[in-house]
Amino acid sequence: MAQPRVIIVGAGPSGVRCAETLVAAGLRPTVIDENRRDGGQIYRRQPDNFTRPYAKLYGTEAGRAQSLHESFDALRDKVDYLPETLAWNIFDNKLHVVRNEVSSAMPYDALIICSGATDRLMPVKGWHYAGTYSLGASQIALKAQACAIGRQIVFLGTGPLLYLVASQYIKAGANVAAVLDTSPLMRRVMALPKLLARPSVLLNGLGLVAGIKRAGVPVLTGITPVEIKGESESGVQSVLIRDSRGNERSFQCDAVAMGYHLRPETQLADLARCAFRFEQETRQWLPEVDEDGRSSVPGVYLAGDGMRVLGADAAEIGGRLAAMAVLTDLRLKVSDEELQGLRAEQASMERFRQGLAQAFPWPAEQAAQLPDEAIVCRCEAITAGELRHVVCGMGAQEANRAKAFSRVGMGRCQGRYCGHAGAEVIAHAAGVPVEQVGRLRGQAPVKPLSIAVREEQE
Amino acid sequence: MNHRFTRLAETSRIPVRLVIDGHTVEALVGDTLMVALLNNVRHLRESEFDDGKRAGFCLMGACQDCWVWTADGERLRACTTVVGEGMHIVTRQPEATWPNLA
Ligand SMILES: Cc1cc2nc3c(=O)[nH]c(=O)nc-3n(C[C@H](O)[C@H](O)[C@H](O)COP(=O)(O)OP(=O)(O)OC[C@H]3O[C@@H](n4cnc5c(N)ncnc54)[C@H](O)[C@@H]3O)c2cc1C
Ligand code: FES
Repeated sequence: MAQPRVIIVGAGPSGVRCAETLVAAGLRPTVIDENRRDGGQIYRRQPDNFTRPYAKLYGTEAGRAQSLHESFDALRDKVDYLPETLAWNIFDNKLHVVRNEVSSAMPYDALIICSGATDRLMPVKGWHYAGTYSLGASQIALKAQACAIGRQIVFLGTGPLLYLVASQYIKAGANVAAVLDTSPLMRRVMALPKLLARPSVLLNGLGLVAGIKRAGVPVLTGITPVEIKGESESGVQSVLIRDSRGNERSFQCDAVAMGYHLRPETQLADLARCAFRFEQETRQWLPEVDEDGRSSVPGVYLAGDGMRVLGADAAEIGGRLAAMAVLTDLRLKVSDEELQGLRAEQASMERFRQGLAQAFPWPAEQAAQLPDEAIVCRCEAITAGELRHVVCGMGAQEANRAKAFSRVGMGRCQGRYCGHAGAEVIAHAAGVPVEQVGRLRGQAPVKPLSIAVREEQE
Repeated sequence: MNHRFTRLAETSRIPVRLVIDGHTVEALVGDTLMVALLNNVRHLRESEFDDGKRAGFCLMGACQDCWVWTADGERLRACTTVVGEGMHIVTRQPEATWPNLA
């Protein structure tokens, strides 16, 4: 039989472990990644002429980072690696990619989507001012470029990444003004039984919070964001919140790093016509998959954060599981013992994920409280009031219809940063459960292409 | 206070020079265009919807809030482009590039 054509999108932890497992079984997959270098988000590599050692860059995860990078280096002549290549559409069992402004279509027998996640955002009045960044962005500035996003930085949002990045900033010598968490402390206590599925990770997290407090940085939980104050020319000036007792407090800063955990990048799965289901705990739509990452579409598999945000260690396991699913479906041999072992490990990762969702909930209620003049869509400066108007005045209660009327979700980020919050605004205005609002359909191209892009000549 | 980002390490790299809106400035080899710009100025572009200046948002190629233009009118995504010696960047969208909005 001719070599099956297997394509992996993404060279993060899940994509790399997936490739490794396929290569070990004698296949030669193609690995596509938009980035210049492998590593994905957490194990993002710094440019060649930077000199910080692994321990400094990746902290407690240095060993895992180095292992992943070395594994991929060893695979380089055993896979077809296409860096700086964007997968922008899936149509007719072909993956459409663009590289150096040339677009081509790649047929596949199996496609494994390891596309990772982006920050999940809840708008706050003033978040369009220059100097507001996503939490992930603030980490990328430090990790990949050894920069802080400002001179005095407020970390605002919720989730483990909030504390991780704040403490990375403090260690690197940045001036952190405050860490402001919307989740009440009580939720963390209630989630303990589930979080104990990964005791060392839990302990690590507690250590981070203690370290931030030791550094003299205020850490507030159970807060409600009120406004990012600033000025359209010069940008962010302060963050105003209500603390857990209901008192207003203001923190001066010239930069804000904001994030409410992560959301999977599911546009490719959507274009491949994979089925989605609504998950109540996290209030979002996720691709339907079996235990190993098979989607509802034969030949299309998902792994890592792009399927469900389980974190980096689980992404490595997920990559291996998806590869084994591919091998099984191609009627190649896999070790049943290994498969069972990986599934068991993944089950405790899933338990931990549920613990995180309980401890650091998505603050849906904030969408309802957004003042009418607050911008929901940063791309086109569309306000909560304008979105509410198409719901209440024009009867658009479904996400895609409200998008067509209001343009929320139609801008250059294609709904990545306004989609989830927009759905909550619509649901509240219409008085329906958020799942009834539906979800924004993924559209090709998944990111804007340059006008210079041309088709490859056969 | 004429720059937004601050460098915390890796500052002994070789300098490169580029031009921002007519002013020659210095950055370092290995900087992204965004980092090169924001270590010299406080914004990357102006919002075309009149809500003020913008300085990017995601740094990972997902939000497209960091578009800048070369003096020739080519659109660049500043967070995923590497700075090059002698680049000429403008932070205000040139009139002639409307088809580039795709
Ligand atoms: C900014 C950011 C910072 C994070 N930091 C941490 C951290 O410090 N600690 C932690 O435990 N977790 C962190 N996470 C969570 C972390 O991303 C994951 O746990 C882990 O990296 C997931 O691995 P993955 O392989 O699923 O995806 P990723 O590591 O995200 O890799 C996905 C890869 O797919 C590529 N890709 C996606 N779509 C396309 C496309 N259409 N075409 C071509 N290529 C594409 C991307 O370029 C990327 O390299 C972070 C997440 C983000 C978004
Ligand atoms: S800052 Fe988001 S794409 Fe560059």
